[in-house]
Amino acid sequence: MNWQWFHRLGSPRWFYQTTERWLPWLYLAALTILSVGLTWGLAFAPEDAKQGNSFRIIYIHVPASFLALAGYYIMASAGAIGLIWKMKLSYMVMKAAAPIGAALTFVALVTGAIWGKPTWGAYWVWDARITSMLILLFLYLGVIALQYAYQSVDAASKAGAILALVGTVNIPIIYKSVDWWYTLHQPATIKLTSAPSMHPDMFQPLLVMILGFYIFYALALIVGTRSEILRRERKTGWVRELAAAEVRS
Amino acid sequence: MTRQFNSGFSAWLKRDLVLAYRRRGDAAGPLLFFVMVSTLIPLGLTPESARLADVAAGMIWVMALLATLLSMDALFADDHRDGSLEQLLISPQLLPMPILGKMTAHWFITGLPLTLASPLLGLMLSLPAAGFVPMLCSLAVGTACLSLIGGVGAALTVSLRKGGLLLSLLVMPLYMPVIIFGSATVGYALDGLNWLPPLAALGAMLAASVALCPLAAAGALRITSVN
Repeated sequence: MNWQWFHRLGSPRWFYQTTERWLPWLYLAALTILSVGLTWGLAFAPEDAKQGNSFRIIYIHVPASFLALAGYYIMASAGAIGLIWKMKLSYMVMKAAAPIGAALTFVALVTGAIWGKPTWGAYWVWDARITSMLILLFLYLGVIALQYAYQSVDAASKAGAILALVGTVNIPIIYKSVDWWYTLHQPATIKLTSAPSMHPDMFQPLLVMILGFYIFYALALIVGTRSEILRRERKTGWVRELAAAEVRS
Repeated sequence: MTRQFNSGFSAWLKRDLVLAYRRRGDAAGPLLFFVMVSTLIPLGLTPESARLADVAAGMIWVMALLATLLSMDALFADDHRDGSLEQLLISPQLLPMPILGKMTAHWFITGLPLTLASPLLGLMLSLPAAGFVPMLCSLAVGTACLSLIGGVGAALTVSLRKGGLLLSLLVMPLYMPVIIFGSATVGYALDGLNWLPPLAALGAMLAASVALCPLAAAGALRITSVN
């Protein structure tokens, strides 16, 4: 098997220069798909029979929750790749992924609270999914805080990677136990319509939004990683040349 | 082979127990915290025994968790300061075994006293009689999980100056399944249900923690203690 592409990934410089060419396309794709999905979902999708227009927040809430959870696994995988193959770049990806994931988790929680007020009559209920999202936010904050606590970049990266991996092992346990805890208490008042039972006219814009959020996530991750590359490689020749060229122009 | 596998476990267990015995004042800290905070609950909540009985099991579990968390950063801190942690890292033994020994010692020093003191607190918070045995069992198993999981956090923060607060932040989310099943064990018993299933779930968590936490802590110590 040809592993050349994989070894190339080890070079932050190669990543920086390659993604430079991708960025305009990613910006364009994210902007187009998100605006198409938003317009379709907010203006053209039919009203919900029970919830009226308030259900439309689903077009932000569900994609953000998807990416919040997927983002943790992306962050932990990047950390694992760093620990196993000693790849500098993947630590930078991991560091960039943490705040993005935390922000998306926060967005999911806030939109959920706003949606909860008209639907359930309260901003906050101790529902299994809400509680698990809150714990996910704490896990993200832990990884971020640990990385900032260390002076040495190397120690910060490796410690963060180990914590992210420990969190990965725990996430299924946390989710299952919170689920179980919730059914134990049985508050029967809350029922959410699950996604497959949605009408196709409502579901299609949601799919577009999820795709748009994935592209947006990739974009944010690449931009974050690039700035982390510049910060960590600031003493290398190519970054200095880059900065000098920037000053000249 | 068995000797090699055990190497370091019993030695470090014994060493930490002896050290704790010589510094009994330090070791009593979490226990005192546990007992003293319990007087805050009637003051802050209500002195009525009927209402206290409702929250007693959960509050005892929360306090046990906090007391364990308080004592967690001392697990490696002293050894890091006097250099014996470095000696451990360069020794030829398998690193996870001495660490498991230290974590076990930590349970003997904090988790076990908390468990043994819990009936007294149950009495003060008017926990119904059916809850006492399940509380003892769940605390015995659960605090062992807390010592093991917290050990990973302690290893990650050992060389930081203000590691204690960060440690709580890192470990708290990981503690949540333990407290869910721990207080559920007591809750089931009070509702007259079979309380063995949640206790068995706690036991499963303990088994997984014994297998994985020393490994994670060993990896973390190799990284963090040199920086």
